[in-house]
Amino acid sequence: MSALIEIRGLTKVYQRGKQKVEALHAIDLDIERGDFVALMGPSGSGKTTLLNLIGGLDSPSSGSINIDGQALERMSGAALARWRARHVGFVFQFYNLLPVLTAQRNVELPLLLTRLPSAERRKRAAVALQLVGLADRGQHKPRELSGGQEQRVAIARAIVSDPSLLVCDEPTGDLDRETADEILELLQMLNRDHGKTIVMVTHDPKAADHARRLVRLDKGTLVAAEAAA
Amino acid sequence: MKYLHLVWAGLFRKKVRTILTLLSVVVAFLLFGMLQAVSEAFEAGAEQARADRLVTNSRYSIIEMLPIGYLPRIEAVPGVRTVAFASWFGGSYQDRPAQFGVFPVEPERYLRAVPEIVLPPDQAERWRDTRDGAIVGRSVAARYGWQVGDRVTLVADIWPQRDGSNEWNFEITGIYTSPDSEQNEGALLFQHEYFDEARQFARGTVGWFLVQVEDPDRAEEVALAIDALFANSPNETKTQTEKAFAQGFARQFGDIGLIVTAILGAVFFTILVLTGNTMAQAVRERIPELAILKTLGFSDRAVLGLVVAESLLMVLVGGILGLVLAGAALGAVGAALAGFGIQGISASVASSGLVVMLLLGLVVGLPPALRAMRLRVVDALGGHQ
Repeated sequence: MSALIEIRGLTKVYQRGKQKVEALHAIDLDIERGDFVALMGPSGSGKTTLLNLIGGLDSPSSGSINIDGQALERMSGAALARWRARHVGFVFQFYNLLPVLTAQRNVELPLLLTRLPSAERRKRAAVALQLVGLADRGQHKPRELSGGQEQRVAIARAIVSDPSLLVCDEPTGDLDRETADEILELLQMLNRDHGKTIVMVTHDPKAADHARRLVRLDKGTLVAAEAAA
Repeated sequence: MKYLHLVWAGLFRKKVRTILTLLSVVVAFLLFGMLQAVSEAFEAGAEQARADRLVTNSRYSIIEMLPIGYLPRIEAVPGVRTVAFASWFGGSYQDRPAQFGVFPVEPERYLRAVPEIVLPPDQAERWRDTRDGAIVGRSVAARYGWQVGDRVTLVADIWPQRDGSNEWNFEITGIYTSPDSEQNEGALLFQHEYFDEARQFARGTVGWFLVQVEDPDRAEEVALAIDALFANSPNETKTQTEKAFAQGFARQFGDIGLIVTAILGAVFFTILVLTGNTMAQAVRERIPELAILKTLGFSDRAVLGLVVAESLLMVLVGGILGLVLAGAALGAVGAALAGFGIQGISASVASSGLVVMLLLGLVVGLPPALRAMRLRVVDALGGHQ
């Protein structure tokens, strides 16, 4: 495996009023292509900040993040938006689906940024929904779905444009154990069978067990990187 | 177009609120369409005024009559080509104030001075030869189903006859057209001679003279010369261009333009506040959703465009519906008001309405759209905005 993500000396400082808060300090980390990494650590350890930086949602204060040859820290806001649309899929704890759209339309959203014709967009969304086991729920609005189903729709939306990287922030944090396991198995399948590189923030050791590698953060510093159990 | 479903869904996120706001926009543009049509009709007289025609009336009031003896003296002024005259009759038809202009005129002179009125020669001749003959505009004839040869009775409210009767009977001897302006077709013209002989008082007087000049560039000079003729007489005159006369005539009803502007100003200010509040609230409630769009790769400009498009769509849907309803309402009452030249929603009212819609949509949509554009994804997802 080759490194898809190369992080060097990554530091993030937030300004809160007159106070400066260092959320991440001099992080060095490589994540291989096709890896499934769980980021763990106590609250305030900087794991979500690191995930946001890897996903191109925020810019570092110093240091570099190189993903598949692209230096994210040098990109403008607009360039980062274009890069996210092409290369990253996002999965959140609370699903973050648009409540006014059907599952099918939610999954289609990232494809609106492409030049694909409408029929092709519909077709790809249907394939993504099929892959997550919700082929028959396309016309349902999010409020008509269970939490697990909503998260599956969110995963379908994350993979519909075939990104190389999936960024997941506590994807099972709002689900019961059984449903959480189903979601984690789905992510494992995407990693194993479809070669998606996954970076997942979690508090849950059982969720982390589904990853190949565990990265621990504490107080903004990388404290351990080890193979998962 | 591929974003239309997204814009539409965002707009109807809160159906009741959006429908109520939409209704207020509909009502605003219904008023806009109707009031603009009225204002346009009042201005139309001035718009259609000819540059080579002057109107001479009493210096002190439009309702003061002038001696008909002024006619040869005005005709003798250098630069005058031809002179006609007319008076205001008013009157009622079928127990209602006449919804069309009624003017006694001298046929030969009037048709010469007002060439925009087109009357077939045989009907013109019949009009001249019939003492109580009258001609009517095509739109008036169509509205009342009048045909040549029909008899019509008007009831005078200013001009009783010598025998005390208020009933004036006319024979329709012709139906004229005015190819350049349908508004000109909203009148009934009858013989001045009949009027002058039969009326109870003010015989030998007319309301105003229509003076056609040879050279429009010398119109002002001719006007001054006419007024100089009658200076210091018991009936001093005021001669002005037909446009100024038409504007003065319309002002008898009040400054329609100012009234319309004031009403619409108040209406649109209210709409601005109401719609602006709806849009601001809609964006405030959707910050996490807008942040998700940005997360998925929608650029700041795309998010700005989506919010502005929502605002424009709401105002355009409401506004166009309002103008269509205004057109239908004017169509329903327009027949009764055709004498005022109110025809319906003209292309100029529709296009100015469209401009107002676009401006309103932008003014209302831009502040929340800019807020959405400046949204930082990380803060919004973290619940900090």
